Amino acid sequence: MINLEGKIIVKLKRSKFGGNSEIRTGMIMLSPFLILFFVFTILPILSSIVLSFTTYDMIAAPKFNGFANYIKMFSADDMFPKVLRNTLVLAIITGPIGYILSFLLAWMINELNRGMRTVLSFLFYAPALSTNVYFIWQVLFSGDSYGYINSALLSLGFISEPIQWFKDANYVMVIVIVVQLWMSMGISFLANISGLQNVNPEMYEAGCIDGIRNRWAELWYITLPSMKSILLFGAVMQIQSSFSIGSVVTALAGFPSVNYSVDTLVTMLMDVGTSRYEMGYASAMSVFLFALMAVTRVVVGKLVDSIGK
Amino acid sequence: MKSNKAQYRRYTRSGWGNFFYFFFLIIFGLFSVLPIIYTICTSLKPLEEILIFPPRFFVTRPTFENYAALPKLLSNLKVPLSRYVFNSFFVSIITTVLHLFIASMAAFVLAKLKFKGSKALFMIIQFALLYNTYTLAIPQYVIFSETRIIDTYWVYILPYLPSTLGVFLMKQFIDSSIPDALLEAGRIDGAGFFRIYWQIAFPIMRPAWLTLTLFAFRDLWSMQPQGTIFSEELKMLPNIMSTISSGGIARSGSAMAATVILLIPPITIYMLTQGSVMQTMGSAGIKE
Repeated sequence: MINLEGKIIVKLKRSKFGGNSEIRTGMIMLSPFLILFFVFTILPILSSIVLSFTTYDMIAAPKFNGFANYIKMFSADDMFPKVLRNTLVLAIITGPIGYILSFLLAWMINELNRGMRTVLSFLFYAPALSTNVYFIWQVLFSGDSYGYINSALLSLGFISEPIQWFKDANYVMVIVIVVQLWMSMGISFLANISGLQNVNPEMYEAGCIDGIRNRWAELWYITLPSMKSILLFGAVMQIQSSFSIGSVVTALAGFPSVNYSVDTLVTMLMDVGTSRYEMGYASAMSVFLFALMAVTRVVVGKLVDSIGK
Repeated sequence: MKSNKAQYRRYTRSGWGNFFYFFFLIIFGLFSVLPIIYTICTSLKPLEEILIFPPRFFVTRPTFENYAALPKLLSNLKVPLSRYVFNSFFVSIITTVLHLFIASMAAFVLAKLKFKGSKALFMIIQFALLYNTYTLAIPQYVIFSETRIIDTYWVYILPYLPSTLGVFLMKQFIDSSIPDALLEAGRIDGAGFFRIYWQIAFPIMRPAWLTLTLFAFRDLWSMQPQGTIFSEELKMLPNIMSTISSGGIARSGSAMAATVILLIPPITIYMLTQGSVMQTMGSAGIKE
């Protein structure tokens, strides 16, 4: 009897996972992630904050130099302002446009039947799958008359000789924006499609009874508010990608691009760090980028929260 | 329920509305696929058609000669082509599999175990979603160099393993799809925490790990680390593209052929996992 009672009590107590042995097993299961996460994400962020106040060439030990790196960034480096401007222009254009497109297209295909939806989501997502394929754009915008765009413009009579797209500071930014948008139907697009499917149909019903009479009102008052958490996830993914545009730039325009017309913080970081070994300075730029992204994240979080209000 | 559904649907789109709806879908559909179709067409063009002026979009006399020319074109690479193929598959598969286990274990612990700091840890993970390997490149480079793993396979594998997206998506999936009651049965049978994860939760998490397979494979397959891999024997397939495309216009057919071949694995994986991805992504929301 006592034994039986004892067993029951133990079971009731343990109805949530959290017993000693479970905690022990759990910590062992968590540790591979935790250790690697610390070493490759947390430690990099912390160490770059520390290194940003030093000069460090990876050979001699880091030497403390106060705010010198930050001062250099804003007053003594003529490349940095250009690169910062490019980063911001790219983020401000490709970020919101890519984000809105990835919602709008998902919303539009949401009302199609399952088969059509599957086909169209594949077509829109395909460029994101072809991450390395922006090589295609190099051929399309090739600088000689064999480039598809050049020859089309030539034969239509818009231009009289081929344009060196990637050598001309006026065009190269536009091309990078186009290519980046081409690839922007990524993870957030998929999340939006799936999230839209999960909106409870009864909500629409209730909205209809409450007097919502058109799609836009329904979108604003019902669909968007019930997808807030998905929208925030999409926004985070979008901030992540639009502030880290770099490999596309180098692949299309080379490094450095003409007059640094499209180089970004990410491409400059790589140069300062891994070819010039000015790790202190590169760390200061990294910290600046982290902060810029974190601030954007907080602001965007507030914006998403105000949807439907 | 059914009759209700019929009642509330609802307003129709105006003629202009319909026009813009289809116009928009078609324009963006074309923008998405035309470059890829152009790639496929060009890869099938014989040399005369590639050199024709003005170039045509579609191919008139399709041939596989560009594909057939690839082995010969790639025969004078610094290391044999098979090495690049091996590296690409080795790194992508090993890393994806390890990532799945590490992420799913961590996610299961975060979702189901109550311990001090679990909420805080998850908040940190959620915030860290913001930073990818490009933004973290410099401090990670310092760490690579301190741990002396530069120019080894570890540079590809280790930083990807704790990718926060994986843990985040898995945890959200568990929260929405695996109720505690389901795990209780295993407990009554006396199974330990790990066995419950492995025998009960892991099979149910199938859609989530298929989704992560897609995302991880896609990232790894196209990875071209900068400044951390020098040995030709350690490089992956994307690196051979520059060798082919440096041959200029006459080689562009073969370059496109190689591009098409590189596209096949991620597209195949997407086709296979598409349904699971849709099931998983619906729970991906961030709540603040």
